Amino acid sequence: MTLAATLLAAEENNPLIPHTYELVIGGLAFLLVFVVVGKILTPRIQKTLAERTEAIEGGIQKAENAQAEAQAVLQQYRDKLNEARQEAARLREEAREQGAQIKADLREEAQTEARRIVEAAHAQIEADKAQALAQLRAEIGRLSTDLAGRIVGESLEDEARQRRVVDRFLEELEGSGTAVR
Amino acid sequence: MTTLTLLAADGEFQAPGPEIFDFPPLYAGAPVWLNKPVLLAVLGALIVCVFAWTAFAKPKLVPRGVQNIGEYGYTFVRDQCARPFLGKDAERWMPLLLSIFMLILLWNFFGVIPVLQLPVNSHIAFPIIFAVTIYVIKIYLGIKHQGGIGYFKNMMFPPGLPKAVYILMAPLELISNLVLAPFTHAVRLFANMFAGHLILAFFASVGFHFLFEQLTPLGAPLGLVGFVMTTLMTGFEIFIQFLQAFLFTMLAAMYIGGSLHADH
Repeated sequence: MTLAATLLAAEENNPLIPHTYELVIGGLAFLLVFVVVGKILTPRIQKTLAERTEAIEGGIQKAENAQAEAQAVLQQYRDKLNEARQEAARLREEAREQGAQIKADLREEAQTEARRIVEAAHAQIEADKAQALAQLRAEIGRLSTDLAGRIVGESLEDEARQRRVVDRFLEELEGSGTAVR
Repeated sequence: MTTLTLLAADGEFQAPGPEIFDFPPLYAGAPVWLNKPVLLAVLGALIVCVFAWTAFAKPKLVPRGVQNIGEYGYTFVRDQCARPFLGKDAERWMPLLLSIFMLILLWNFFGVIPVLQLPVNSHIAFPIIFAVTIYVIKIYLGIKHQGGIGYFKNMMFPPGLPKAVYILMAPLELISNLVLAPFTHAVRLFANMFAGHLILAFFASVGFHFLFEQLTPLGAPLGLVGFVMTTLMTGFEIFIQFLQAFLFTMLAAMYIGGSLHADH
């Protein structure tokens, strides 16, 4: 390159006027970059970035799920514990009620039994008394008849008549007894 | 090198001009198009492809190594450029936006990479390719989604203004959207890279000239300033190179978003 040529070149080249060959080669270079970087490679990195976002979000989601599950289990345990406590309290209450009931029942039974025994004794006594009275009555009748026979000297042979006399006597006796009393 | 040879011949410092953007064919007898910027453009595209392939060819759910860097770039473009303007459509437009961002960024970075030292986008043809691509997509999407008449009506008559304002507004909006927007879209990137490279070349040649070519007691401090400034400006350039790549991609997303939904 000579000085003249350099100066000439400088005069020829206006920096605001593009060279055609630069336009062509620059355009091809840009096209190459666009195809390789834009069309082939950018979609790959976009896919990876999307997958990464998904993975991170998935991880967060998973952690949240696990936490929610743990929370639910804890709640379940608490509920069960509560339930068990209530159940225990209920059972205690029931047992107490049952105990009281049993006590009351036993007392009732004992009282009934006592009453029954007392009544039986009363009945026995009444019966004994009646029997004694009946025996006494027969005895008194016989004794009285014997006595009267001896006194009157007349044997009252006839059984029926004897009895009538005795009965009448006894009625009179009872009637007078009542009146006296 | 031609510039410096030229300076040495004169023995007097001469600031580098626009001629530093002109490159002869790589070797004598090579076709005229086979020069440094073209070579760098192709090299950049290949590096971007290889890098992206290493990072994204077999992406893992748990990223390692290069995939981390690639993902960082992807999420940056997606969250800073695509989503604010495209919303739900962001993913669909990411292939284009990511390609544009990565290629522009690397082409810009070539300006500060030793030996290469030429931002490819300082040649206006390259920004024009991106800007025209976006422009065509913008018009196509606008007509497709808002209708042939609707698109221009929404563009020229944004709702909610007094009727009289439209007399001034409508032609301005039309020119702004159809002529100025694509023009500034391309020129902003080009001019930043062009000026940045020129500034770096200037300070570098000051340093080189006064410290190596013409070392004098008076010139040495100046050469030192040139050297320090070159270092500082290189750092600043890296920032600008990134910023312009980001801005270009963001505007691309904005234009596409504006065509998809006429809600502004």
